[in-house]
Amino acid sequence: MASVSFEHVFKRFNKVEVVHDITFKIRDQEFLVLVGPSGCGKSTCLRMIAGLEEATEGEISIGDRVVNNLPPKDRDIAMVFQNYALYPHMNVYDNMAFGLKLRGTPKAEISQRVQTAAEILGLQPLLKRKPKELSGGQRQRVALGRAIVRDPQVFLMDEPLSNLDAKLRVQMRAEIARLHQRVQTTFVYVTHDQTEAMTMGDRIAVLNAGVIQQLGAPGDLYDYPANKFVAGFIGSPAMNFFEGAKLEQNGGVWLRLSEGVALKVPEDVAVRAESYIGRMVTLGIRPEHLEEGQAAKRRQGQENLSSHLVPVRVDVVENLGNEQMVYGVLGDKQVLARVDARSAIHPGDDIELYFDMQRIHLFDPETERCITSRPPEAESEPEIVSETTASTFERVEEVEKVEKVEVVEEVEETVTKTEEA
Amino acid sequence: MSTTQTTSGADSSAELALKPSGAAVAAGQRRTLAGQLVHALSSSTLTVIVVLIALLWSVPTIGLFVSSFRPHAAINSTGWWTSFFPPWQFTIENYQNVIQSQGLGQAFINSLIIAIPGTILPVLVGAFAAYAFAWMKFPLRDWIFLIIVALLIVPVQTILIPVQNLFADVYTSTGFGITGSYIAVWLVHTALGLPFAIYLLRSFFGALPSDLFESASIDGASHLRVFFSILLPLSVPSLASLVIFQFMWVWNDLLVALIFLGGNPDRAPLTVNIANLVNGSTSAPNYEVLTSAAFLSMALPLVIFFALQRYFVRGILAGSVKG
Repeated sequence: MASVSFEHVFKRFNKVEVVHDITFKIRDQEFLVLVGPSGCGKSTCLRMIAGLEEATEGEISIGDRVVNNLPPKDRDIAMVFQNYALYPHMNVYDNMAFGLKLRGTPKAEISQRVQTAAEILGLQPLLKRKPKELSGGQRQRVALGRAIVRDPQVFLMDEPLSNLDAKLRVQMRAEIARLHQRVQTTFVYVTHDQTEAMTMGDRIAVLNAGVIQQLGAPGDLYDYPANKFVAGFIGSPAMNFFEGAKLEQNGGVWLRLSEGVALKVPEDVAVRAESYIGRMVTLGIRPEHLEEGQAAKRRQGQENLSSHLVPVRVDVVENLGNEQMVYGVLGDKQVLARVDARSAIHPGDDIELYFDMQRIHLFDPETERCITSRPPEAESEPEIVSETTASTFERVEEVEKVEKVEVVEEVEETVTKTEEA
Repeated sequence: MSTTQTTSGADSSAELALKPSGAAVAAGQRRTLAGQLVHALSSSTLTVIVVLIALLWSVPTIGLFVSSFRPHAAINSTGWWTSFFPPWQFTIENYQNVIQSQGLGQAFINSLIIAIPGTILPVLVGAFAAYAFAWMKFPLRDWIFLIIVALLIVPVQTILIPVQNLFADVYTSTGFGITGSYIAVWLVHTALGLPFAIYLLRSFFGALPSDLFESASIDGASHLRVFFSILLPLSVPSLASLVIFQFMWVWNDLLVALIFLGGNPDRAPLTVNIANLVNGSTSAPNYEVLTSAAFLSMALPLVIFFALQRYFVRGILAGSVKG
C-alpha cells in the first residue's frame, strides 16, 4: 500500500514528446483511472510507474521512494496487461507462482497464496490448465491472480478489459471493483473507455496530448468539466457543442444561437460569464439535459417556456426502449437529444427542444476553458478533505442560486402574461 | 434466445464463437448437386496430382534404397525396378561390406562427432545473440544485426585460406594447433552457421509478444532466467527447424571437413569417405557399395527430420495472448 506521485514528469521518444510536465499524486489505496483517447500518454504514464519506460525528466515516487532508477522487479508493483501476457507453456498455478518462485518464497507459502488468490477469483478448478484451454474471461482472471499473489504496493492495469466481449466486460468491471475493496491497495487503471472510468474510479485523470486535462471524482468531471475536451470526453453520448453563440445583455443575459433563436441564461450562470457579454462563446449541453418541448411543458405545467426552447428538425430517431436518441438539425448544426421513449417523434418532424439552462456549460472559444464551471482552485486539490469541503460548499451555493432563479423566472412569466392580456 | 439464458459470460462467448461455423455449414448444404460434384472432383483431382508429384519426387530415393540391397551382378545387368518381379534377389552383404571393410562405420561415428557439436554450438550461441538483438537495448544494435545478416552472403570458399592462415598464426604464436582436429571443424561450422541462425531466431523471438517479457521482468526474472524459462520453451518450433537446417548442412558438408581435417582418414566423416569410394573405383564403379553407403549417409538426416517435423506444425503459442 503506497501512494504514487509524479513531479514534473516528461517523456520523449526521440523528439516526440508524449508526456508533458505531469504532476499529480495517486493516494494510498485509491482507485485512480487514467483515461483519454489513444496516444494521449496514459499507457506511457502507467509504464513509467512500472519501470518499463524511463521518465525523460522529472521524478516518480512510490511511497517515500523515488523509483526512477529502480528496475521493475524492485518497485513492488504488479501489472495486468491488455493481452494478459500469461506464460503459454505454464499452467495456471505455475503462472501465478512464477514471480513468487523467483523471489525465493518458500513452497508452502507459494501454494497457500496461490490457493487464496484462486479462491478469490474462482480459479480453483482451473489450476492445472494451460492458458490456451481457458476462455478470455478466465485468462483475465488468471492475470489478475498473478498480480494478487504478489501482494504488491500498487496494482497497475493497462486496459485489461478491452479484449473481452461487452457482456463479460461489464461483469469483470464489477469484479475488479470488488477486488479493489477486498485487497485495499492502490490501483492505477488505464482505459480509453469513459464508462469504465466513470464506473470504477475513485478519481479520474483525463489526459489529452500528454497533459492532464482534469483530475477529480467522476461526478465532478461530469458536472464541472474544466474544458471542452473533458466535457466532450466524459459522458455518453457525448455533449452537444454549439460554436459561435453570442452572449447578449437584453433585460437579463441571453445566449443567441442564431437569428431569432435565443436562450435565457440563468443568473448564476450569467454571473460567471459576465466578462464574456457581447462576445462569442461555445455552448455545451448534454443530450440528457435536452427534452422534447411539449413534454417539458406538460411536466412543468407551464405554457410559456420560449426562453428555453429551440426549434429543431428531426433527422434520425433511435428508440432504445427506455429512451429515444433524437438526432436533429439546428441551422447548420447537429444536435442529439436523449428524450422520453413515449414522445412520438418521427424523422422529418419539426419539434422544439427544451434546454435545461441550469445544466449548460459555456466555453471560451479560444482557450476552450469552461467559463461556467466552478473556480479552478477547487478543481484538483491534492487532499480529499479540502476537495470534499470545496465541492460541498459549491453545491450548497448552487442550490441557493437555483432557488433565486426560479423566483426570477416566475416574475418574468407574470410580466409576459400581463402583456398578453 | 439461448445466449441470454446462459449464466456465465464465458459460455455465451463460446456460443457466439460457434455461430459463424454453423452458418458456414448451412451454406455448404445449400450448394447444388452439380456444385458438390465439381467441388469433390476438383479436390480429389488435386489430391491425385499432389500424390503423383510426391511419388515422382521420391523415385530416385526409392531406386537408391532398392539398389542398395541388390547383389553386384544384378545391379550391373538390370535396372532396379526389375527387382520387384521374381526372381527376387536381395542381400544385406553390401551393408556389411561398407560398414566393415570400407570403414563407413567409423566414418558414421566421425560424422556424428562433427555434426552434433557443429549443430548445438551455432544454435545455442545464435539463440543467445538473437535474444540480445530482439529484446535487449544497446547502442548500434540494429547496425550490428545488419552486418551479421550481410555475412550471410559470404561464400564458404572465400574463407578457407584466411581461416587456415589464422589457425596457423594461432599455432605459431601460442603453440596451440587445431588444424586437423575436430575443434577446427566445429569452430568453422559455428562461424558459418551463426549468421543464418541469428537471422532466423531473431525474427522468431522478435515476433513473441513484448508483454511476456515485460511481465517476466516485473515478476523479477533476469535476462538469463527469461531466456531459459520463457524464451526457449516457447521457441521449440523455430529451434527445431534451425536444428534441422544446421544438422543437414554439417552432415552433408564435404569441403570444410576435407580442408580442416587435413585428409586424416581416421577422422574423415561420411562425405569424405564416400567421395573416396567414388574416386577410388578406377575400373567398373561399385554401385552396390555406393548405393548402400549413400543410403547410410541419408538415414540419420531422415530420422532427424521426421522426429522434429511435428514441431513445425505445432502452434505452441496458442493461448498466450488473444489473437
